[in-house]
Amino acid sequence: MKYYIKKIITLIITLFAVSLLAFWAFQVIPGDAATHILGTEATPERLEALREQMGLNRPFLVQYFDWLKDFLFGDMGTSYSYHMSVKEMIGAKLPITGALSLMSFLMIVIVSIPLGMWQGKHAGELPDVAAGVLGQITMSFPPFFLGMIFTLVFGLWLNLFTQGQFISYTENFSGFLGYLFFPALAIALPKIAMATKLLRSSVLVELQQDYVRTARSRGRKFNSVLVKHVLRNALIPVVTFYATTLADIVAGSIIIEQVFSVPGIGRLLLSSIMNRDFPVVQAIVVMMAALVVIVNFITDLLYQFIDPRIKVQ
Amino acid sequence: MKKGFKSFILMVLALTMTVSLCACAGGKDTSADNEAIEAPERAATNELNVAIAQDLDDSLDPHLAVSAGTREVNFNIFEGLVKADSEGNIVPAVAEKVDVSPDGTVYTFTIREGIKFHNGEAVTADDVVFSISRCAGLLDDGSYTAASSLSTIVSVEKSGDNTVDITLSSANAEFLAYLATTNAAIIPEGYEDQATAPVGTGPFKYVSRSPQENFVMEKFDEYWGEGAKLDKVTYLIIDSGSWVMSLKSGAVDLCAHLTADQVASVADQYTIEKDTMKLVQALYLNNAVEPFNNVLVRQALCYAIDKQAVIDFVCDGNGVPIGSSMFPAFGKYYIEELADMYSYNVEKAKQLLTEAGYADGFKFTITVPSNYPQHVQAGEVIASMLQQVGITAEIKQVEWSTWVSDVYGGRNFDATVVGFDTSTLTASGMLQRWTSDHGKNMINFNNAEYDALYKQAVACTDVDEQTELFKQMEMILAEEAANVYIQDLYDMVAVNPYLEGLTFYPMYVLDLSTVAWTETSAK
Repeated sequence: MKYYIKKIITLIITLFAVSLLAFWAFQVIPGDAATHILGTEATPERLEALREQMGLNRPFLVQYFDWLKDFLFGDMGTSYSYHMSVKEMIGAKLPITGALSLMSFLMIVIVSIPLGMWQGKHAGELPDVAAGVLGQITMSFPPFFLGMIFTLVFGLWLNLFTQGQFISYTENFSGFLGYLFFPALAIALPKIAMATKLLRSSVLVELQQDYVRTARSRGRKFNSVLVKHVLRNALIPVVTFYATTLADIVAGSIIIEQVFSVPGIGRLLLSSIMNRDFPVVQAIVVMMAALVVIVNFITDLLYQFIDPRIKVQ
Repeated sequence: MKKGFKSFILMVLALTMTVSLCACAGGKDTSADNEAIEAPERAATNELNVAIAQDLDDSLDPHLAVSAGTREVNFNIFEGLVKADSEGNIVPAVAEKVDVSPDGTVYTFTIREGIKFHNGEAVTADDVVFSISRCAGLLDDGSYTAASSLSTIVSVEKSGDNTVDITLSSANAEFLAYLATTNAAIIPEGYEDQATAPVGTGPFKYVSRSPQENFVMEKFDEYWGEGAKLDKVTYLIIDSGSWVMSLKSGAVDLCAHLTADQVASVADQYTIEKDTMKLVQALYLNNAVEPFNNVLVRQALCYAIDKQAVIDFVCDGNGVPIGSSMFPAFGKYYIEELADMYSYNVEKAKQLLTEAGYADGFKFTITVPSNYPQHVQAGEVIASMLQQVGITAEIKQVEWSTWVSDVYGGRNFDATVVGFDTSTLTASGMLQRWTSDHGKNMINFNNAEYDALYKQAVACTDVDEQTELFKQMEMILAEEAANVYIQDLYDMVAVNPYLEGLTFYPMYVLDLSTVAWTETSAK
């Protein structure tokens, strides 16, 4: 119980700090929403008038607490650039980035677990070496570069999707998932290679353990030992990796969304930073920070589930 | 031994991959890529997809929209009392007739009979009074407006069932041109959602938008004029880095503002239409800082920079060299000869520098907004040219918002490369900003004669005389070498060969009402 309270307090403090820092960053970087809105039509008088109207000329902390108060009561405010409700804007984008991230994550887990185990079992044999080399190459590709190769190969040459013609989930759900498949793969591929390598070496270590020999001597088949006993132990270090990956995926989607013209949270975040549209940026940043903290929390619980000897405290 | 084997395998694999990738690329280039693109399926339902890089991340309220990208789209949805045609003439729009009082201060507009808003309601004199008062800043609702040039309006009054009188503080020959922008659009009175669901009188009506995804408009069936030929237009917000891919895949049918490299990649498949961008690209110099406060130094810079070479390098030759703050499409105000005032001459430049006391050259910084590749590249070419006369120019790339606040607003810079355009079809739009006390006079240009000429020009009611005064102002800018003027770039538009009717305007708009699908390919 104490543990949960501690976690929740950490979450609150983290979110508070993150939102304050993000807010402060907007004070430090040159330009504000008013200069962006007026652009080259700006004159000192007009800027002053617009800032007054938008409340941008109030002291920093006043603006922050004003925002915080509204935020705590569930009001994320209105976008400076789009004049739309931030909640609505993010609500419409969330399923897109959510689906992209989830798809990516599933790809990583579904491919890396069997592959890592298989490689661990056949360590040193030619297919394992070949897979290792291939993995090493894949790992060194940044997702945005893979994304560009994918658009060229799968988009233009093989015509498996139409680059730039994003299909909204409200229109055609399977088409939507189809369009997201390659962006998701571009994010997942390097991570699959990393997770596989990690699991392979973890499996190798576990295979040396006494319990494996004992199980084998009791007549258990090798594969059954591998799946029932080794995997569970070998997964412990890998689970941490999966957890951190989730945060990486969300970060990676910001870039991949640009490459594939996917109108998700990442594109919205980037354009909002450019526009100095801080109600939108704040909401997204806080959401992302919350995600990372919560994922870490779930990871801790997962440890306990996989290895009951570990007790969270 | 084992390690050696591994690295051997690695090498073999790497080589195989390289070879196969090269082979794929080579093989593909010579086949299907060169064929002209087909008409997409949406042509059958009379729909068009247009790629734009800049989202309409602005208020959709035409009176508040400032960014050029938003105005470019708004042109299809909104109209003022009058509007510009493709020749640059001011023609009637919401008003069918305008009468001007003999002293030029009272304009009486007669509203077009039967004209309707997109919501089906008729346009009334009250709507016009509301719209013009609002964009002229006469409504005391504390909001800013984008049309800074309407401040000469003293009053707007309904003078009959369908007539409206606009009274000016003093006669102004350019007044109608000020009304011909979407910043002075006629919108319904009492409609609250203009910022998110706009209603106007243009050939297209707003349907929906999704931030960073798309902006959709449909044909307005009850339009008073000829009307749009397409039934539906979807603007897709696509990063300019992905334009070529999106064109090649057929996801978009029309894409404007392509760079020379992008044009080269799609020219085989798409029709390329081009026209000047109607902007003045220059190395803008802060006339208030050392050494640019010295006219000799500014002139030396003009001699040291080869405009044509910049145009060739940055735009593959697609640009028109210019010599003052005016672009060629503005026919009557444009002075062609000024482009050659300072012909490229390194010796002359060195001589002027010596005269000014900078025989050994100097160092300065060119601050450029990083989101405009054509300005960044021009800055780089200029910097290398200046090396020849001993001047070291350092390029500093900044984000657009930083540029707007530091360089443009703060005037805290040595030099910058950007392009200035005008939202109204007026010479004032280009020239007023360099009057000494103007808020937008970023370069701190200060010339008493120039200021006096401007005052004289705006007060002038005779068009020819006024044109002459504006031309004199352009001469001063050139003689004083206020900036190093470079070019008006070409705007290159990739168009599906099955489309016809794209027309260019002497201002930065993209009119889609004239565009239509055809049966035959232009390729």
